[in-house]
Amino acid sequence: MTTRSAPRTRRTLRTAGAGVAALLALSGCSSAGSGDAGSSSEPSGTLTVFAAASLQESFTKLGKTFEKQHPGTEVTFNFGGSDTLAASITSGAPADVFAAASTRTMRTVTDRDATAGPPRTFVRNRLEIATLPGNPDRIDSLEDLTRPGLKVVLCDRTVPCGAAAQSALRTGGLRLTPVSYEEDVKSALTKVVLKEADAAVVYRTDVRAAGDKVEGVEFPEAVEAVNDYPIALLRDAPNPGAAGAFIDLVKSAEGRKVLTAAGFLAP
Amino acid sequence: MTGARAQGPAPAGPGPGPHAPPRRPARRTAGRRAPLPLLIPAAAGLAFLLLPLLALLVRAPWRSLPEQLTSAEVWQALRLSLVCATAATVLSLLIGVPLAWLLARTDFPGRGLVRALVTLPLVLPPVVGGVALLLAFGRNGVVGQWLDAWFGITLPFTTTGVVLAETFVAMPFLVISVEGTLRAADPRYEEAAMTLGASRFTAFRRVTLPLIAPGVAAGSVLAWARALGEFGATITFAGNFPGRTQTMPLAVYLALQNDPAAAVALSLVLLAVSIAVLAGLRDRWMTAS
Repeated sequence: MTTRSAPRTRRTLRTAGAGVAALLALSGCSSAGSGDAGSSSEPSGTLTVFAAASLQESFTKLGKTFEKQHPGTEVTFNFGGSDTLAASITSGAPADVFAAASTRTMRTVTDRDATAGPPRTFVRNRLEIATLPGNPDRIDSLEDLTRPGLKVVLCDRTVPCGAAAQSALRTGGLRLTPVSYEEDVKSALTKVVLKEADAAVVYRTDVRAAGDKVEGVEFPEAVEAVNDYPIALLRDAPNPGAAGAFIDLVKSAEGRKVLTAAGFLAP
Repeated sequence: MTGARAQGPAPAGPGPGPHAPPRRPARRTAGRRAPLPLLIPAAAGLAFLLLPLLALLVRAPWRSLPEQLTSAEVWQALRLSLVCATAATVLSLLIGVPLAWLLARTDFPGRGLVRALVTLPLVLPPVVGGVALLLAFGRNGVVGQWLDAWFGITLPFTTTGVVLAETFVAMPFLVISVEGTLRAADPRYEEAAMTLGASRFTAFRRVTLPLIAPGVAAGSVLAWARALGEFGATITFAGNFPGRTQTMPLAVYLALQNDPAAAVALSLVLLAVSIAVLAGLRDRWMTAS
């Protein structure tokens, strides 16, 4: 046993040595190539990303890509209403990256100097009406939602999708009384998916994500209520290296492809 | 209820009934010192429970409090909260006390399982409870679609929906509390009543119920308090609309999104009201027993 394993160990060691040498050469190469001041070392460790609920599908996908590109990293997400996330960041939640669904929300974070640099808009999102599959109520416009007897849910005006819906309604000069002001865009969508409401005003990305469980209806007033999505590295980020690399990935061509496939618009 | 006290087997009387507590035990032990291994964790426990509340008081926006609290929306939400929590407690009493009796006094196959199922809402995250309610009583739900088709009743997004969501979450507290009291109560009183010719229901109504009144009261208070603070099941099942389904916890949560100071103010109102109600009830019900 012992006599046979000794040479194997030596061989393993030798291969490992070669591997380390190769890695060293590679990393030297890459750091020379990118020349980024903040992220000279290969990102590693856990990365915590706080992101708007509407980014759930695309960011989860990008997180997997990131972990594959940078072995040894682990991306954990906290998806939720942008304002809730902003509030927890300003009260000290340990996050590396914050991606919000509106510039107004991001401003509450930048106002407290909680970001490491100025936030950058990486995508935009516009509203769409989500109706039941097959659109049985024949909803063609925002005005159709004001028909009596129709159960419509909106996001609460304290969250970005609700604020956007209100400004779209204002643009159209419409008055709409929903059955509920939901706490975030996903719960508004859920009410339609479960057929409890006839329609909801959500983002077009949410309509895409729901697949054939809802049907999307575009409306012209949405142009006046486009949300910019800013992303920023946070000042107290526990893992700034990985955070910078993740933001780079989100803004790269690959990231753009995933995000536009989810229904986001280029900034 | 009051008549039964006079003619029952006098469990609340001064005689040495099974529930008559030794008189004023506190005064007798007051002189002795509590052992440190109990005193220290007890103090830590108390501090742990009270510190967050103290922090709320310290950081409360006292200066802007008057204007925060005079807004109509706050009172609307508070009134709705009180009405719905009370309705949920009454509903819990109507169906929960008989359920507790069934669990404590009868024997049927699978009783242990039923008992475990009753406590399920205690461990279920309330949001999941809300989704489950939607799947059951929603417009498209297992039962709800028939309610809609036959009676034109839809429960989501209505005040009734809020009451149902709160009952779902709060009733297990009542059932558990009442069941415990029933198990501790001596069944011989009921048996005596039945040998004297009372039907089982009469024995329950005239003997058991007065006997367990303190337990029922305690359970109701627990259920009421739980219903008052209910958030997850309510917002999921009943949605959020001011005046119809927006109870205080929902208003607090949404205020927290963009105006934390207002959220703290709202929470203080909820706290003050619940303390006032609970203290009031304690004086009237609990100590009377």
